[in-house]
Amino acid sequence: MVWYKNPKKGITKTLGKKQVRVPEGLYAKCKGCSAILYNKELDKNYKVCPKCGYHYQLSSLERLYLTVDSGTFEEFDEQLVPKNPLNFPEYEEKVKKGQEKTKMPEAVVTGLGKIHGQPASVAITDFQFMGGSMGSVVGEKITRAIERAIEKKIGMVIVSASGGGARMQEGIYSLMQMAKISAALGRLDEAGLPYISVLTDPTAGGVAASFGMLGDVNLAEPGAMIGFAGPRVIEQTIRQKLPKGFQRSEFLVDHGFVDAIVPRSFMKETLGKYLKFFKP
Amino acid sequence: MKNSKTTAHHSAKKAPKPESSASLAWKRVQLARHPQRPFALDYIEKIFTGFTEIHGDRAFGDDHATITGFAYLDEQPVVVVAQQKGRDTKENIKRNFGMPHPEGYRKAMRVMKMAEKFKKPVIAFIDTPGAYPGLGAEERGQAEAIARNLLEMAKLRTPVIAVVIGEGGSGGALGIGVANKVLMMENSIYSVISPEGCAAILWNDREMIQQASDVLRLTAEDLLSFKIIDEIVPEPEGGAHLDHDRAAQNLKKALEKTLKPLLALSPTALEAQRYEKFRAMGVFQEK
Repeated sequence: MVWYKNPKKGITKTLGKKQVRVPEGLYAKCKGCSAILYNKELDKNYKVCPKCGYHYQLSSLERLYLTVDSGTFEEFDEQLVPKNPLNFPEYEEKVKKGQEKTKMPEAVVTGLGKIHGQPASVAITDFQFMGGSMGSVVGEKITRAIERAIEKKIGMVIVSASGGGARMQEGIYSLMQMAKISAALGRLDEAGLPYISVLTDPTAGGVAASFGMLGDVNLAEPGAMIGFAGPRVIEQTIRQKLPKGFQRSEFLVDHGFVDAIVPRSFMKETLGKYLKFFKP
Repeated sequence: MKNSKTTAHHSAKKAPKPESSASLAWKRVQLARHPQRPFALDYIEKIFTGFTEIHGDRAFGDDHATITGFAYLDEQPVVVVAQQKGRDTKENIKRNFGMPHPEGYRKAMRVMKMAEKFKKPVIAFIDTPGAYPGLGAEERGQAEAIARNLLEMAKLRTPVIAVVIGEGGSGGALGIGVANKVLMMENSIYSVISPEGCAAILWNDREMIQQASDVLRLTAEDLLSFKIIDEIVPEPEGGAHLDHDRAAQNLKKALEKTLKPLLALSPTALEAQRYEKFRAMGVFQEK
């Protein structure tokens, strides 16, 4: 027993470490089913485990590549960079780290493009940039993207991957971005234009409590964590264990807050269908 | 982890910092949470006449941390939305410590729509540590309830005034706070995260709340300088808890003064002013 158990533990550990660094290593152990996956295969499969369907997080650029028709995307407002309005400790360093990690100036990429042939204004947040949190720049870029949709009379698609919610480091300014974006979505609504919200793992806090939940149609990737408060905060507050599947996409569909769960490989086509149907 | 820090805390407790050296922000946090501070119902009773409460979101239930109703400010009918804390344990359990569930935000939206329909101004009293983080709250869509209010409040075609009377706890506060004019009582606070939450994230130490209160810039003066709020309502010396009547008098005066010019604006102008106000918020660099 002993000779058999120990090596197995060893393998699990090294593979477990590699799994954190997906997709750099050659192989990875699936976070969902623990199957050993060849990373190239995982990439080919939209970073979805071919065995269990576990959806790995994507960067904004990967998402853009999978969502917007090739050669149609025009980025806007990439010149917007954050300041440190509160003089918050270590904020500049965190921004710099995020920029190095994502090669993006901020946690969202916005622009115009076509999705499955349908024109749309697109915004995609990136969890790797300070948890995809929303400060002034994210708020301003998304608001401008919504205004652009109104101006061009096209639909709006926002893909959220923002576990951080409103960005603490910009304090009250971050909080107010929730109101700013929601108000702009109200104008989009009045213009009779569609907004499709795509919720990916994770979407929480001030992002969920503003543009995340405001889609004419809210779509979610399978198994994504979506909610207002973090599960740890809730557990500490109510002093009980949370049920299995709590705050996952399926839970939100069951409770009526998400319209459909769409596997990644069908997302582009699905978005195209809705944009076509809602076309003014 | 907690244990390893006990000794340090212990010695800190032995030599407490003199009151005067505590930061202004931290003093404000304590005053904003003072159990004897006037709460929404205290202000409602002292400022308005003929307050009638109405209940329920017409979908799930009635949230006791959120109060809605109709009243008169002098001769002017107003629709009141308020977050209510409790003064003792029993009342606090009833009021859920001022932390609304989704049905609270939906009830608030129901009466605000009524305000629009009947062309009455809305006055919102903000006083919450935050929207409740609980199982039922998530099941019933806390995030959706707040988001919907942000969108709908921005569109309201009637005057909206919001006053932070105590704690302005993040999205839970903003959920009734998208107003034409936002006032803050002198010793109230308004923040994206609680000082405790900030301290836990920044320093992994909830005891660092004084420092966290400082870095968050959550005082009324801070927010006025950021142009996030429009006016600071002075409190009696030492804080509103020492003289409820005076605090209410000051707030009443401020409300009268703020409401008058808003009543002269058209519904379209009100909506536009509110939109532009929030549209302008944010600090960034455009290279």
